[in-house]
Amino acid sequence: MYSELVMQHFSNPHNVGVIEDADGVGKVGNPMCGDVMEMFIKVKDGRIDDVKFRTFGCGAAIATSSIATEMIKGKPLDEAVKLSNKAVADALGGLPAQKMHCSNLAADAVRAAIEDYWDKQKKPAQEARQDDE
Amino acid sequence: MGERKVLYLDHAATTSVHPQVVEAMLPYFSERYGNASSLHSLGREAHQAVEQARADVGGILCCSPDEIVFTSCGTESDNLAIRGVAWLNRRQGDHIITSSIEHHAVSHTLEQMERHFGFEVTYLPVDEYGQVDPADVERAIADTTILISIMYANNEVGTVEPISDIGRIARSHGIPFHTDAVQAAGAVSLDVNELNVDLLTLSGHKFYAPKGVGVLYVREGVELLPSQTGGGHENNRRSGTENVAGIVGLATGLKLVEAWRDEESRRLVGLRDRLIGGVLSEVDHCILMGHPENRLPNNVNIAFEYVEGEGILLGLDMEGIAASSGSACSTGSSEPSHVLLAMGVEPGVARGTIRLTLGHENTEEDVDRVLEVLPGIVERLRAMSPLYEG
Repeated sequence: MYSELVMQHFSNPHNVGVIEDADGVGKVGNPMCGDVMEMFIKVKDGRIDDVKFRTFGCGAAIATSSIATEMIKGKPLDEAVKLSNKAVADALGGLPAQKMHCSNLAADAVRAAIEDYWDKQKKPAQEARQDDE
Repeated sequence: MGERKVLYLDHAATTSVHPQVVEAMLPYFSERYGNASSLHSLGREAHQAVEQARADVGGILCCSPDEIVFTSCGTESDNLAIRGVAWLNRRQGDHIITSSIEHHAVSHTLEQMERHFGFEVTYLPVDEYGQVDPADVERAIADTTILISIMYANNEVGTVEPISDIGRIARSHGIPFHTDAVQAAGAVSLDVNELNVDLLTLSGHKFYAPKGVGVLYVREGVELLPSQTGGGHENNRRSGTENVAGIVGLATGLKLVEAWRDEESRRLVGLRDRLIGGVLSEVDHCILMGHPENRLPNNVNIAFEYVEGEGILLGLDMEGIAASSGSACSTGSSEPSHVLLAMGVEPGVARGTIRLTLGHENTEEDVDRVLEVLPGIVERLRAMSPLYEG
C-alpha cells in the first residue's frame, strides 16, 4: 500500500527531534484524524539552516514530515514556504488516496514555522531583546 | 525480507488453510467436480459430499443438518439472516435490536435498512469491556421487535457476549435471535441449544478452511426471505450452485478446531496472557482493551498512548510480524474504531491500539519474539511524538 520510499522514510526518518532555540516553530493538527506535527527551523542568511520535526500520526504522516524537512533544508525561505502537499506526496512516489490528508499536514507545518519566524522578525526590537534574555 | 518467514499474529483477520483441509478439498476440483444438483454419478458424489459436510457441521452445532445453509462468506450469512427475517416479518413490525459493536456486515446492513427502508434499529450500549447487558436487551424489546442480532465474540477486542442469556430473553418474547459467531468458532461452544439462538453465522476462513464459504444456521420454523433466488438450492434458502470443495473444506476445518478446542483454548490462553502480561510490564502507558478474562483465548488488543497503531503495525511488519491496527485510519477512514468508541475509549487512545491474534501454529517463542521487539518500536515512535513528554 505504501511505496518503498514511504517505508524508508517511516523506518528511518530524517531530522527527527526538537530545536530548543528554534527561530520559528510551526505546530499544526488535523482535527479530522487527530494527527499532530511540530516543525522547528533555524534560519541563517534567509535560508533554512536546520530543521527538525516531531509527528503523531500514521506511517504516511511520519514519512511526509521526514521528506518535507529534506526538501526545505538549505532552501531560501521564499522558496520553502511554497512547498505544497502535492510536491511532498510526489517526492515520496505518491501516497494512497485516503492518506493524502497527511501530506497536507507536512506542508502546513513548514509554512507555519516560516510564518512564525517572519512574525517574530516583525516584533518590536525591545520585545525581541527580552525574548533573548 | 522475502526469505524470512512471517510471524503471523492476525488470525482474527484470516487463517491459513490447514493441510488436512486442503487434502480433503483437492478431489473436488478436478476429479469429483460434479454439480451437486446433477443426477449422474459425478453429481451424486458431489451431493453426497455436501450432505456429509452439512451433517458434520450440524453435529457440531447440535442441530439437524436441514438447519444448515451454506453461503459464500460470513458477510452473506449476516445479510441473509437480517434481511431475510426482517423483510419476511415486516407486517409484524419494523424494530430490530443490535449492539453498538457489531461487525460491519451487521451494522452497515442495519444502517442501510434504517436509512433507506424505514426500519427502526436500537443500538445497545456496551460497558467499558465491550459487554452487552442482557437487561438492556429486555428493556429495548417492543411490540414491533422482529429480530435481535448480537455478536457472539467481538472481532476487535475479543470480548465474549452473554449470548445464552440474551437468547433466553429473546425466546421468552418469541423474537428470532441471530448471532454472528465468526470469531467464536474453535474457541467457545457452538451448541445452538445451549446458546438459545435461532440464527448463527460462521465463516470458513477463520478456522483453517478457505475464504469464500460460510454457514448460516437457521432454526427449524424460522422463515427467511432468500436474498439470492434461482434454482432453489439449500432448501430454497440460498440459490446458487454449491461450492462443493469449499463446503467440504469448511466442514473439515470446523471438525478440526472443534476436536482440539479444549486443549488449544487452554494453550492459547497461556500464550495470550504471557503476551499481555509481558507488554503491560515492559511498556509504560499502555492499556488492555476488552475484558481481562472474558475474552477469546487468542485475542490481544492493547492501546499504546501517544502513538498511532499504524506506526506500530508497520514497525512490526518490518520485523516480519503480521499484526492488525485498531485505528481505522489505516484502513482508509479517519474515524477511530466504533467498537472502542462504544466502550468509552478516548479517540486519541483508540488510535494507538494494535490487535495481535494468536493461532494454532504460534508458540511461546513467537510471543517472546514480539516482546523482544515491540517495546523498542513503541519507544522509537514515542520519541518522535509531540504528545509524549517521556
